[in-house]
Amino acid sequence: MAEFTLPKNSRIRPGKTFKADADAARVKTFRIYRWDPDSGENPRVDSYEVDLDDCGPMVLDAIIHIKNQIDPTLTFRRSCREGICGSCAMNIAGTNTLACTRSISEYSGDIKIYPLPHMPVVKDLVPDLSNFYAQLESVQPWLQADSAVAPNRERLQSPEERKKLDGLYECILCACCSTSCPSYWWNSDRYLGPATLLQAYRWIADSRDEAKGARLDNLEDPFRVYRCHTIMNCTNACPKGLNPAKAIAEIKHELAHRQGVV
Amino acid sequence: MSRPHVNTRSALAKARNHGAAGSGVTHWWRMKISSLLLLVLTIWLLFAFQAMSQADFSAAREFLAAPWNTCMALLFSWTLFYHAQLGLQVVIEDYIHSTWLATTFTIGLRLLALLLATLCSVLILQVALNPSAAGV
Repeated sequence: MAEFTLPKNSRIRPGKTFKADADAARVKTFRIYRWDPDSGENPRVDSYEVDLDDCGPMVLDAIIHIKNQIDPTLTFRRSCREGICGSCAMNIAGTNTLACTRSISEYSGDIKIYPLPHMPVVKDLVPDLSNFYAQLESVQPWLQADSAVAPNRERLQSPEERKKLDGLYECILCACCSTSCPSYWWNSDRYLGPATLLQAYRWIADSRDEAKGARLDNLEDPFRVYRCHTIMNCTNACPKGLNPAKAIAEIKHELAHRQGVV
Repeated sequence: MSRPHVNTRSALAKARNHGAAGSGVTHWWRMKISSLLLLVLTIWLLFAFQAMSQADFSAAREFLAAPWNTCMALLFSWTLFYHAQLGLQVVIEDYIHSTWLATTFTIGLRLLALLLATLCSVLILQVALNPSAAGV
């Protein structure tokens, strides 16, 4: 059955509070989920008071400041700091997003930071994305073509055909959309989720690809695609402004079209 | 002493699992079509309620006995239970992860929908085709 309550060992308890210096002028409190698998303890939420005059303007700047200056045990992923790698995807103030592209000033009051929802946690803000990446691999997100092309020539594509990939190729695989989808929470073992389906459609829509039929065969399943109930959390959550729900609708349209019904 | 079961399958093997079932589009398509049909039939039903709002039983029977209205009433009940069965099957698939329990509920749901649709049809026909039903 779907799980509606947290198991006992996942229930969150209050954690430590790290006070700011007495002379700090602009203090903001970050309430951050902490869990260490080696401690054997339940997760907790630690509160960090950060002087905003001491750190950069983005939420990721504050988290890096906390790790460097306040608590080096805080664990999280980050890399590019400019919204292109997707590493710092986390749940900030109840919304999945990238810590590097969200300004602290966007949030009033304390900022609550949790790992991406409903994923196994490796440690603190680091989710286990093994299943997410395996699902991506299962849709073979690369060009497949049998027609030979001379080694010194590229595969041609018209500007109109290339335009169809806009809104698809920009996905950075941060997993914000998939982990905001209730259908993915309940059935992530069988439902591919919005990010993987957007990637699948990116290749279905590519005029250079010759494996459209096989790709659709691989998706025609009550669980792989049809767990999408157009809840639209994916589109709301996408930090790149993409529309995975539309890509899934296009896949459903393609599947119906080859049955001769649309 | 038996050893605990350890799943050594890779993440990719689990993701691929049994492969695609090769179905799903028909169920989805039928849900969409039946919902559109229900939309039209509900407009007829509202019209019927409005027409019969002040009617006594014999006047209502007379309305339902008109071939067009009998046809629409039957179609409404069939579409309603068919659509409900398709939709509730999705709910079962979403939330019940035990295969035998999901299968039992799905079969039970289909039989229940069939039973209720048949019952509705019999009642509609009983009222529409039997003038003496007015005295029931």
